[in-house]
Amino acid sequence: MSIITMRAALNDALRLAMRNDSDVFLLGEDIAGGANAPGEDDAWGGVFQVTKGLVGEFGRERVVDTPISETAFLGLAIGAANTGLRPVVEIMFVDFFGVCFDQVLNNAAKFRYMYGAHAKTPITIRTTYGVGGLAAAQHSQTLYSIFAHIPGIKVVAPSNPYDAKGLLLEAIGDDDPVIFFEHKAMYDDTGEVPSGAYTIPFGEAAIKRDGGDATIVAFGRMVGFAETAAEQLASDGIHCTVVDPRTISPLDESTILNCVRQTGRLVVVDEGHPRCGMASDVAAIVAEKAFADLKAPVRMVTAPHTPVPFASNLEAEYIPSVADIVAAVRSIVD
Amino acid sequence: MDYTKEELIEAYMQMRIIRAFEEELHREAEENNSFGFAHLYAGAEACAVGVCMHLEPTMRDIVASTHRAHGHFIAKGGDLNAIAHEIFGRADGSGGGKGGTMHVADWNVGMLGANSIIGASAPHALGAAFTAKYKRTGGVAVAFGGDGASNQGAVFESMNFAKAYALPVVFILEDNGYAESTYKSYTTAGSPCERAAGFGIPAVSVDGADFFAVASAAKDAIARARNGDGPSLIHCDVPLFFAHFEGDQETYRASGEVSKLRSDRDCLALFRAQVIGTGNIDTAELDRLDSTATQQAAKAIATAKSAPQPPPQALFTNVYASY
Repeated sequence: MSIITMRAALNDALRLAMRNDSDVFLLGEDIAGGANAPGEDDAWGGVFQVTKGLVGEFGRERVVDTPISETAFLGLAIGAANTGLRPVVEIMFVDFFGVCFDQVLNNAAKFRYMYGAHAKTPITIRTTYGVGGLAAAQHSQTLYSIFAHIPGIKVVAPSNPYDAKGLLLEAIGDDDPVIFFEHKAMYDDTGEVPSGAYTIPFGEAAIKRDGGDATIVAFGRMVGFAETAAEQLASDGIHCTVVDPRTISPLDESTILNCVRQTGRLVVVDEGHPRCGMASDVAAIVAEKAFADLKAPVRMVTAPHTPVPFASNLEAEYIPSVADIVAAVRSIVD
Repeated sequence: MDYTKEELIEAYMQMRIIRAFEEELHREAEENNSFGFAHLYAGAEACAVGVCMHLEPTMRDIVASTHRAHGHFIAKGGDLNAIAHEIFGRADGSGGGKGGTMHVADWNVGMLGANSIIGASAPHALGAAFTAKYKRTGGVAVAFGGDGASNQGAVFESMNFAKAYALPVVFILEDNGYAESTYKSYTTAGSPCERAAGFGIPAVSVDGADFFAVASAAKDAIARARNGDGPSLIHCDVPLFFAHFEGDQETYRASGEVSKLRSDRDCLALFRAQVIGTGNIDTAELDRLDSTATQQAAKAIATAKSAPQPPPQALFTNVYASY
């Protein structure tokens, strides 16, 4: 066990998966970088350096830099998965699914249902999301709920380095298409991570903190924000349970419902938009299945229904804050 | 002639089964369309068979298909009963009745799947070719597409990738002139071979109703791919004997257009004219094949029509391997 960054934990998971199974290969734009260029090889190791050093160990046959043709290389990964390989493909920013969404929506998600049980698409798609670094409207979105809407796809969004490594190894070993969301502002977050391989099953939420007054369900980067908010509230005598679903599809509904039944109050925190997002989804599930247990209205803390702005003051305003979460909890606790 | 008698008999029989199957489906559609948006392949049989005869009927050699897929499925060696059942939405169909005519697949024989998003399957052929190269299987992947698909970015991206990474892919462009109801001269710039040349991909244009022309071009292209010499494209000019889809009233066609195509450009008639008189095969032998093919197709369809639909709980199966 050592303290490493989210970036290092992900790199470690990829390295272990590739050592363990020669059918695992990586595919994406600049995941090594510098191919055929006059300067350094492995120049980038991915735009956020998550895949740095892997081409040195595994070579360019297994760490494949692609043209900027997301449809071609995502579709290639699907076809390779169908014929026996286990591709880990990187779509550099989730925003870029705009040019290759068909391969997820109509292809990877549907093959097994349309073609029969023999049709396997064991593909892991890593992508980055979220506000960070003044990346503005086309490189900052939080779009996992769009994918969670589609049957046939699994969606993962880890909140810390330990979960990131275990969930990524689980994704690579999974026989279904998995989209793995990495928050670009979390790569330098640190945490304790074992050095060997381990997996974390999908559909099992982590209860980060126990408290009887309210339940806070938060996703991805917002889990840390929720924990900080709960800490502040505790000093005022308001005790919250904080739930990190870890996977968005499948979603651990039973843990969420059990916690809500115990506390009677719910705040859902999501960096995505408020409409048709994870916050509204969890709110709807609780309204349908645990309405009688609620002592107060469900509160949602989300980004606004706007694109992500560039100017630093507006960008900061866009992101749900610890103060927003604290205020939401206070508004429903007597 | 470069082919043995057995190869020629096999090819003719496959073309005839595809034709008989599509004719029978058309009759069914006219009487009682119970199988959704069926896009019949009839007219292009020489294309599917002339290409697939050079492929192994296993997952080593992959065919990535289109919405007009029945011919590819049968030519790749897919099971006739499985496709018939699938088209009628039956439990014993290739996809358990949940895919239908536009999503027939048979992974036992390397028919990766019909795909009703135009151009979407071209990258899957890339992927199969990548696997073949990665695992050094000697396999080849064929991406079928129409003239409509030739205007999709997915196809251009795949052509670029295949050439830049020297993947063993063969692009077969079945050009029937129509992208749905719109004629190609209205929508399409340049020519398929010039486009391929832009990527440095060897390309040839052939008469898609001429089995021997297709088979010869496909043999060369598939050999190039197997030898590690990268992708090729074959542009096949094919007649479309039925409508874009069953139920379409074909109001965009000229009067007499289809009957002229059937009389002048029927791949089966052309094949007969080419082989009879070579001393190898006689008319009576081909007539017997015609009759057998018609019976087989009719039987497969009749059996499928009366077979059970999937049980209600099948709605929920095969969404995931595990969830």
